[in-house]
Amino acid sequence: MVILEEPAQSNPAQAPTPQRQQAVAAALRAILPSDCVLWREEERRPYECDGLTSFRQLPMVVVLPRNEDQVREVLTLCHRLEVPVVARGAGTGLSGGAMPHASGVILSLARLNRILELDPVARQARVQPGVRNLQVSEAAAVHGLYYAPDPSSQIACSIGGNVSENSGGVHCLKYGLTVHNVLRVRGFTIEGELLELGSSAPDGPGLDLLAAVIGSEGLLMIVTEVTLKLIPRPQLAQLVMASFDDVGKAGDAVAAIISAGIIPAGLEMMDRKATRAVEPFVHAGYDLGAEAILLAESDGTPEEVAEQVADIERVVKAAGATAVAVSHSETERLRLWSGRKNAFPAAGRVSADYYCMDGTIPRKNIGRMLKAIEQMEREYQLRCMNVFHAGDGNLHPLILFDANVPGEWTRAERFGAQILELCVQLGGTITGEHGVGVEKINSMCVQFSPSERGAFFAIKRAFDPVGLLNPGKTIPTLARCAEYGKMHVHGGSLPHPELPRF
Amino acid sequence: MHTELLRLREQVLIARRDRVPLRLRGAGTKDFYAEHSGDPAAAELTGSPLDLRGFSGILDYEPSELVITARCGTALSQIEAALAEHDQFLGFEPPAFDGDPTVGGVVAAGLSGPGRMSAGAVRDFVLGASLLAGDGELLRFGGRVMKNVAGFDASRLLCGSLGIFGIITELSIKVLPRPHAEETVRLELDAEAAVAAFNRWGGQPLPISASAWHDGAAWVRLSGAQPAVRGAQARIGGERIDAARAAQWWNSLRHCTHPLFSNPSIWRLSLPQTAAPLDLPGQKLIDWGGALRWYAGDQGDRDVRQAAQRAGGTAMRWRGAAPAGRFHPLAPTVAEIHRRLKRALDPEGIFNPGRLVAGL
Repeated sequence: MVILEEPAQSNPAQAPTPQRQQAVAAALRAILPSDCVLWREEERRPYECDGLTSFRQLPMVVVLPRNEDQVREVLTLCHRLEVPVVARGAGTGLSGGAMPHASGVILSLARLNRILELDPVARQARVQPGVRNLQVSEAAAVHGLYYAPDPSSQIACSIGGNVSENSGGVHCLKYGLTVHNVLRVRGFTIEGELLELGSSAPDGPGLDLLAAVIGSEGLLMIVTEVTLKLIPRPQLAQLVMASFDDVGKAGDAVAAIISAGIIPAGLEMMDRKATRAVEPFVHAGYDLGAEAILLAESDGTPEEVAEQVADIERVVKAAGATAVAVSHSETERLRLWSGRKNAFPAAGRVSADYYCMDGTIPRKNIGRMLKAIEQMEREYQLRCMNVFHAGDGNLHPLILFDANVPGEWTRAERFGAQILELCVQLGGTITGEHGVGVEKINSMCVQFSPSERGAFFAIKRAFDPVGLLNPGKTIPTLARCAEYGKMHVHGGSLPHPELPRF
Repeated sequence: MHTELLRLREQVLIARRDRVPLRLRGAGTKDFYAEHSGDPAAAELTGSPLDLRGFSGILDYEPSELVITARCGTALSQIEAALAEHDQFLGFEPPAFDGDPTVGGVVAAGLSGPGRMSAGAVRDFVLGASLLAGDGELLRFGGRVMKNVAGFDASRLLCGSLGIFGIITELSIKVLPRPHAEETVRLELDAEAAVAAFNRWGGQPLPISASAWHDGAAWVRLSGAQPAVRGAQARIGGERIDAARAAQWWNSLRHCTHPLFSNPSIWRLSLPQTAAPLDLPGQKLIDWGGALRWYAGDQGDRDVRQAAQRAGGTAMRWRGAAPAGRFHPLAPTVAEIHRRLKRALDPEGIFNPGRLVAGL
């Protein structure tokens, strides 16, 4: 593995010749109904980026198959013609994982959008990849069941995309990520071979290839069917809001809650800059005098919740909380959450631009990280709002800047780079849940050695020997290893601004 | 580099130079767990043994992080003792059999205990792993944090790999706080009624952490907050089992020390939880709320694998002769990915040849 065997890759930005484009489009039209192949420029334009709009590339052709057979035929054809294939779900991804390849096909799975089977006794749902995340829980609700992973974009994001990114959500501290809640996937290799990994019967023979595919960002296979685990909906959920006069104390309180043997259903933190940005338009009822607030959710039976809420109150008070409030109705609970969910749009209201990071650090270092960020704010002369999935140690610092002020973007970029470097130094990672895609591909060089990246390429080749699935993403070649990349939001305009962001 | 790690590295490099395969070994509690015919002498379980117990020690454990990091040779008992001091435990309850396995062996085998369906399997808890590869390079995957999507999930891929890619030298594993309360109830039920009941209760918000059936009785373990456990107990009914007897029962399932396991012929079936009881003779034990089924006793000429497959699952020859292989055969496409992975990550084929898949 010392020798980094890199896949031969065509330049992802090199446009095909018109003859090549026509030939591939014609071949695709021969196997798909005409409305399933988009090749005119105006038809392809909407697919030039995903949720990370700063990276754009017009695809050569877009295909929208309606069924599994058509997906297989597209793959077989692309394999034969050596055409790169980039899978796309709802296009809400934040790291450019679905950004097109100039001479490649965008394989949209949006039309594979049926819930094939929902078995309330086995507590499982078999769905197509284009089914929206929230749709599953809505369909399961009648049985008192739901699908636990709840990424913030859950009203729009697709299950296929969740599998591709190993999506999390606010409740993954207690209920796990996508990898913990997917039992099986079915789909095809680039060669068009049927591949079924995992099963409704747990712990099958051989290697856990399912775990390798989840979070593989479309580099290993194309998924056409997913079996999801459903769990009983808790009878009750209550939210505790604790205020602190010091960010370090709030960070320590997070560790204290976990040390006390409590696993809240959600454990979030916002600093004063974040609560002050959010409050004027959400009116969540946050304590604006506090330097930081913690939101801890408890769920279960009413008796269980009462006990846990009392425990959380006791622990946060001992950790120095200056005030503690508990939601007493579902309306109040959702109102308190709404502030947290609107932190990203709020950043867009108080600043011309902001820059969102997605690092993860061990919980014990949250206080230290916050102090370091305060120091960096002075150093770079920029403000930074902090919203954290504190229970998971997953940070989303939002660096505020104005791209129209000369030098601010450069300072913001360096500020962000320093945060990510500190994440790695503190024993953490450069991406907790948004994925690598094209955005953080350079940061991968910092976190992994050439041999480790060589092992990733070995996994890639085992599934996709010809390197046609989403080439150029996620795993950087030696030549790529250059600098950190981040998410840049201009004018506060996020893709899909209607979606709450965590 | 740690001196013991240097020694292991040296051994790996020698093995590679001389093309003499290594048989990686911890405490040897799972020597039987290999894709061979059941006759170790004639088996593909070859290679010169390399004892990994010398590379041991807990490297990092802070209860507030819910993560423990240890070297591969660390004894399971040592890890569990360290966790117990802080009221924490390994949620996947790995089997120790009649010994004290190493944590490297626990992860390499990927076997989980009665809590598997509620808390999760070994692979659900592994956050990071280091691998000493055939060329002597030390590779680190994952980390010590719960959320990490940088690169492919290679640490979970190592889980259950039976050491075919190299020496898993270091592991970071998520741990859980011990539940405040725990109770076990026992109900007289036949197998079919027990499986139906497990699935019915599984669909309700009840704190069930394990459910099993044997010899006309269903056992249900409830773990969680005191009021939730009490409420669930009232709802489920049955006879309350005192703590010592309950521990003995669940441990006999977890560690495979129940008398049923002394049978020389055992099949271990993994099935969908809802599968109806299979018509197979011998003693039966159902675990994992219906998803794990043990059959002890001679099966004559019955095709157990086909029966398992018909029910939507797979069958492993746990004990006894296995002329058709111990593990359930892989689908051809899946087997081909196994071959490619092995070729790429252990091109000289020096690690545990034939242990997971015949010929690899």
